[in-house]
Amino acid sequence: MSVSRSMRNVIIIELFVPITLLILGIYHGLMQVVYRAGVLHQAAAVKLDYYQGLTLHGVINAIVLTTFFAVAFGHATMIFYLKKEPNKKLSWISLALMVVGTVMAAWAMIAGKASVLYTFYPPLKGHPLFYLGTALLIVGSWLPLFDWWVMYRTWKRENPGQKVPLAVLGTLVNFIIWFVCTLAVAYEVLVLLLPWAMGYTPTVNVTLARTLFWFFGHALVYFWLLPAYIMFYTMLPKLAGGKLYSDLAGRIALFLFLLLSVPVGVHHQFSDPNISSSTKWLSTILTFAVAIPSFITAFTLSASLEYAGRQRGAKGLLGYFGKLPYLDSSRYLFAYMIAGLILFIFGGFTGIVNSSYALNNVIHNTSWLPGHFHMTVAGPVFLAIIGMGLHLVATLRGRKIFLPAVNVIIPYLWMIGVLIFSTGLMWGGLMGEPRRTNLGMTYLNPGSELYHPQWVPSTMLALAGGFIMFIAGMLYFVVFFGTFFSKQTEKAALDLPVSEAYHDEKMVPLFNGFKPWLLVMIIIILIAYVPALVDVLSNSGPGAPPHLPHNPMPGI
Amino acid sequence: MLDKFEIKVLRITGLLIVIFFFAILYVTGKRKVDVTECIPYDKAYTEPRIQKIDDKTYQVFAVAGMWSFEPSVINIPPGTEVDFYVTSKDVVHGFNIAERNVNMMAVYGGISKTTVKFKEPGVYKITCHEYCGTGHQNMQAEVIVDYPNP
Repeated sequence: MSVSRSMRNVIIIELFVPITLLILGIYHGLMQVVYRAGVLHQAAAVKLDYYQGLTLHGVINAIVLTTFFAVAFGHATMIFYLKKEPNKKLSWISLALMVVGTVMAAWAMIAGKASVLYTFYPPLKGHPLFYLGTALLIVGSWLPLFDWWVMYRTWKRENPGQKVPLAVLGTLVNFIIWFVCTLAVAYEVLVLLLPWAMGYTPTVNVTLARTLFWFFGHALVYFWLLPAYIMFYTMLPKLAGGKLYSDLAGRIALFLFLLLSVPVGVHHQFSDPNISSSTKWLSTILTFAVAIPSFITAFTLSASLEYAGRQRGAKGLLGYFGKLPYLDSSRYLFAYMIAGLILFIFGGFTGIVNSSYALNNVIHNTSWLPGHFHMTVAGPVFLAIIGMGLHLVATLRGRKIFLPAVNVIIPYLWMIGVLIFSTGLMWGGLMGEPRRTNLGMTYLNPGSELYHPQWVPSTMLALAGGFIMFIAGMLYFVVFFGTFFSKQTEKAALDLPVSEAYHDEKMVPLFNGFKPWLLVMIIIILIAYVPALVDVLSNSGPGAPPHLPHNPMPGI
Repeated sequence: MLDKFEIKVLRITGLLIVIFFFAILYVTGKRKVDVTECIPYDKAYTEPRIQKIDDKTYQVFAVAGMWSFEPSVINIPPGTEVDFYVTSKDVVHGFNIAERNVNMMAVYGGISKTTVKFKEPGVYKITCHEYCGTGHQNMQAEVIVDYPNP
């Protein structure tokens, strides 16, 4: 379908900005494995400090790229399925806020004034513009939700009794989760940290700040995931040459994510003081409940792929695996999605370890964790984002894909890289190798008295995998910018693959609106977070003064 | 309504979650492993020291700071059960004894507690596993489990 020039530009800019920044993010991804493997024994290389680069890597890849993409993809799904366009002025204001916020935060990080990592745990203190920039980015990403909500209400009035398109439901669920969870981090940043970083308040309650951060931090991972889920449900079956096995299953999964995304954040704080064991237990139970929508999705997607394989002539129990269009360059989105899903199998299993209460003691804050989340956020999420980013830019600008044969192997190369990289990290993690540490200076430096030779093979494996990921990333940039700047050959249009449903269940009012769900969502959040906040406020000692990362004495 | 295979999957998932849940419950009770215990803040915990309760029981009050632990060496005899009380005097630090699955955060204004037994003699490294500033990679201490000199 055709889209107004203005909205087209909004979406294109929302993809171009973060994918350009991603060059820096991926560069430091490579540098990290190089430092960690002990190839470099120094604090900085090419004027970029290890921890400064680590902050850039986390903020650009996990916050900037994902947030910009979610908004761009949200616009695309709403426009495509509701056949309406959002308010142009509001969309531009949202984009402007996001870009200004990103520029502020990027300046603080690149100037070396905010090497506090993307979790920005106080009492480590970054430059005030880092906090303000992050807040603006988040506020900018909120705005479209209110607009989309109006579009959705209007569509429902105009189409009584009809099922809301699955992708629209997904986008709304995702941004409601995002809005609710970011309220906590907005409070943390604007009320607790900003006045403290500017010297107006002397101290901050550290556990409270951590609890507010993780209220946001785990819901964040579903905010990353849901755009990918929308693609898996509404596009993947079509791309594979089949149908979505069950439409209702998709709706159930989405609403369960709405309920369970936010109230599970305490499972990141199993090792924290000031939170009681019972609150931590509750978090474990709620996190396990997330297995329900995950298993529904795993089954529905495999059933859809099996149907597609059989349509293409597959025989036997698992024969359908061999009949899918893995290397079809005209359906490269399939390659991006299936490679991500294969990684996600391992990402899911390792995630269960992390959330399993005391089992977390074995791996908490070790390199196991980045091993795990590179098979989730740098797996299905990242591949879906860059694949769809390329597709949207190419179709909205009327360009043909540059080097299509290379494009279709990029996701598999990335997948192989991640599998090797994550194996290295997780193996090291089981041997106590810490994450977020410049290992090359001490633990992987034969000249240091802290030298730890056990971690040599694991970090070398991570280096090998990281190098393959880097190559895949660079090839992607060639394809993306090659496509972006090539000559226009087709009519510019918004085009998304649309899966039909194999079981197209009739409309169930419960799964066609938000009415009971939002209320239940709030109740579960209160059940999970009132005890957590009571624990934190009743057990905490004094608040902490700010510390700059290079100075053991407090000060701003 | 939902396809019968989907419903079957829902049931199996439910069952699996219950099995997982009881597995964790069993291990927590049987192996006596638990997450970081929660104790209300008290200034008395913030003075770094090692206290011998009896031959088999020690209390260690550890304070993490940029970029070392106090005490930096903890000497105990084999077979000792140690209560660790960990806090921080500045930013957030980690307190990880990988070989004994001791894994806690050291937080300003909070006291992390756990109990662990050291049966075998040896040197157990305590590694800071939370980014705590430019010297983070230097931050390690050790528990030395050995028979005392006669």
